[in-house]
Order: sequence, then structure tokens, then C-alpha cells
Amino acid sequence: MSTETLEKEVNEVKKTSEPLLSKKRRTLLTNPLDEDNPITIQVLGICSALAVTVALKPTMVMAIAVTAVLVLANVVISALRNTIPNRIRIIVQLVVVASLVAIVDQVLKAYSYDVWKELSVFIGLIITNCIVMGRLEAFALGNKPWDAMLDGLGNSFGYAWIILAIAFFRELTGSGKLFGIKVLPDEYIGNGVMMSPAGACILLGVLIWIIRSRNGYVED
Amino acid sequence: MSKFNKNSNNYIITYAVIMTLVFGSVLAVVAMVLKPKQDMEVLLEKQNFILKAALGEETIKSMSDEEVTRLYTETVVADVVKSSGDLVETEEASVNVFKEYKKPKDIRNLPVYKIYETKEKKDVVSYVFPVYGKGLWDFIWGYVAIKSDLETVSGVVFDHKGETPGLGARITDAEVQSRFIGKKIVNADGAMSVPYFEKGEGNDYSNNPQQVDGLSGATITANGVSSMLESYLLLYKPFILSNKK
Repeated sequence: MSTETLEKEVNEVKKTSEPLLSKKRRTLLTNPLDEDNPITIQVLGICSALAVTVALKPTMVMAIAVTAVLVLANVVISALRNTIPNRIRIIVQLVVVASLVAIVDQVLKAYSYDVWKELSVFIGLIITNCIVMGRLEAFALGNKPWDAMLDGLGNSFGYAWIILAIAFFRELTGSGKLFGIKVLPDEYIGNGVMMSPAGACILLGVLIWIIRSRNGYVED
Repeated sequence: MSKFNKNSNNYIITYAVIMTLVFGSVLAVVAMVLKPKQDMEVLLEKQNFILKAALGEETIKSMSDEEVTRLYTETVVADVVKSSGDLVETEEASVNVFKEYKKPKDIRNLPVYKIYETKEKKDVVSYVFPVYGKGLWDFIWGYVAIKSDLETVSGVVFDHKGETPGLGARITDAEVQSRFIGKKIVNADGAMSVPYFEKGEGNDYSNNPQQVDGLSGATITANGVSSMLESYLLLYKPFILSNKK
């Protein structure tokens, strides 16, 4: 009988290790898309949301770059979390993020030169994107790598869909194009405000308003 | 990790040193591995610009990278001259237009690209001159292609580092660059006179060989382009005069 209970216990212990995509883990992915969105709810990463969203193509690249940096940084920091001395943890985070950003910058320069020329200034600024540091500090330092990866994916998708939505409207109304292809008739005169960051600011404000009123989110 | 006291100075310093070494070497390796590919991209862009200026946007746009490189190696011959018009025995590939720009005018090495019609390299279709200057915020540069008569502009390509998007950055638009096509670098008396952006936009200057419809809202960038063209084409003047048939 004793062996039976032992086996049972072993089974139970095994069962308690979470499935790779348990309900809790799925919320890591889905929460940042809507009710805990880094841009519209936490209002982080606004600078790049205003700066890069003139057209869809550079925005897409920026979204991919941020995803790569955020996910990798989250995983690296999470893997190192038990070794990082508390007193220099921000410096360690910065080194990891800055190295990853430098690598992304170099890879873009080699394989997507046109986009690199347009974006290299902003790519450098990913280092200071509050979303990245925020996730490292708030999540990666206290969770396992797999969870940190999901959290990174969730947050960068939350960031990506917002900036893509803004870029869609800015490119459409600002120059009548989508992905550089003319979609509106030639008679349409581009709206200059939408080409400037001011237009992005207005759009972002409207978007934040819509999402917050839909979620019933109220600032504390 | 319980063996170490994570708050001791020794641990922190060792950690910082190892971290710096690891990330430093990773970055160095990445930069080294990607360098050749990046240099190729820069070279390809130059070839693209030169051919675009000489043959027009439409011809080049549909070409793949390999086709551009093949066309360039087959039909383009690069020379280097001084502002006196004399040829210099310098490899064109070693000339960096930006570095030359910072030197005094009379010792600058000036590349000239001769675009031939066929790969037998018999008839020159056009001469392409690189130009460099200052816009509103930062440097601007480009290539000017002059037809074999050495009078008519067959095309220009401009690029910039940090002009205002939607305003000064429009100098990279094909439509803006096409405004230079057909303009003359000599006036009715045969003296050198370089095309320039007029003030204001939307005017028709098709009857004037030097005036070019300007950029509304980007006057300083436009003036930068005009003075860049003037100063460089004057540098090339002796070469142009001596090669004119």
C-alpha cells in the first residue's frame, strides 16, 4: 500500500507542474493586448508610438524589432534572475537591452538596409523604451524564463497592434497609401497633420479614450 | 548560488566584469560577421543611385540587386579627377565623397562615373557626378547625371540624413527629383549656370532651363540642394569643359 500512495503522490506532484499554456499563462499573452495594454493603459512607450508611425512598413519593422528585443531580454534576465546582484540590477538590465538593440540594429543594416536608414535612430531608442525596462523590472526578475517569454510576447503584441493601428490611419489619411501602395484616388490630398507626430498624438489619444471607455478603466 | 554573498562588493565587481566581457565579445562577433554584408549594401545603394540618376527611376526600379550590379559593372567606368580637371591615379572605390567634402576644394578627389550605352564601352550615355552639401538639419548628398552633350541634366538622385519628413525629406521623392530632368547647366550664352530650386511651389518653369519648381515649406533644404549643385558642378567645370565635344 505504501508504494501505491507513493506513486500516487508522484503523479500528483507531476500534475501540479503547469501545462505550457495553462489558463494563467494564456492571460500573460492576452492581458497586455487589451485590459493591461502597455500603451493605452500603462501609457508606456509613447515616444516611439508617435515617432515611427508615419507609414505601415517602418512601423511593422519597429514592432518586430521591439518584439525581438523584449522577448529576448525578458528570457535572458529571467534566466539570470537568481545571479543578478540586486544593487546593480538596473545596470545589468540596461547592458542586456542595449546589447540586444545593437544586434538588432546591425542585423537590420545588413539585411534590410532601406528600412535601417529610416529607422536606425528609433531602433537605438528601443533601449529607452519604457515597456522593455518596465517588463524586465516588473516581471522577468521574478518569474521563470518560459513565463517571461510569454509576457514579453504578450506585451510586444500589445504594443505592436496599437502602433500598427495608428500607422494604418496615418498612412491612409496622410498620404492616401497603405504599405506604400496608393489606395485612395489621386484627387485625395494628403492631410499634412497626419504626417507629423502631432497627428499621431491626436490619434493615440482617441484610441486610448476608446479602449479605456470600453474597458471601464479609470486612472487611480 | 547560495555559496556567494550576492551583496558583497567582490561578487558585484566580478559579476560586472564577466558581464561586460561576455556581452562585449558577443557584440564584437556580430559586428564582424555582418560587416561584409553591410558594406555590400552600401555599395549596392551607390550603384543604384548612379544608375537611377543616369537611366531614370523606372528602368532601375524593376531590377533585382544582381541585375543592378551586373549592369553597373558592365556599363559604368569610374574615374577620379581634381578640380583642375586632371585625372588622378586613385581607385574610385577608395574615395569617400563625405571625407573629400571636408577637405579644401582644390585638393579634393572627385569621382566621375561614365555610363556607357553597351558593355563594349564605346558611346557615353551620360556622366554622373556625386554631390555633397548641407540641408537644414544635417548633410544631404546625391548624384547628378548629365547627358553626353555635357549640358542637359538627364536625372538627379538626392538623399539626406535628417531632413524633416514630409517637407525637406521630399528631396528623395522621385517626383521632386524628376523636376530637374531636361534642365541645362549652361545658359543661353554658353556660360555655366546651374539649375536651382525657385521659391514657392506649383509654378511652371518648363520654359526656363535653370529654374526648378521649389519645395513649399522646405526652403532651406531646397536652397541647400541648389548650393550643393552649384558648388560641385563648378568644381567639375574644368572636367566638363575639356570633355565637351
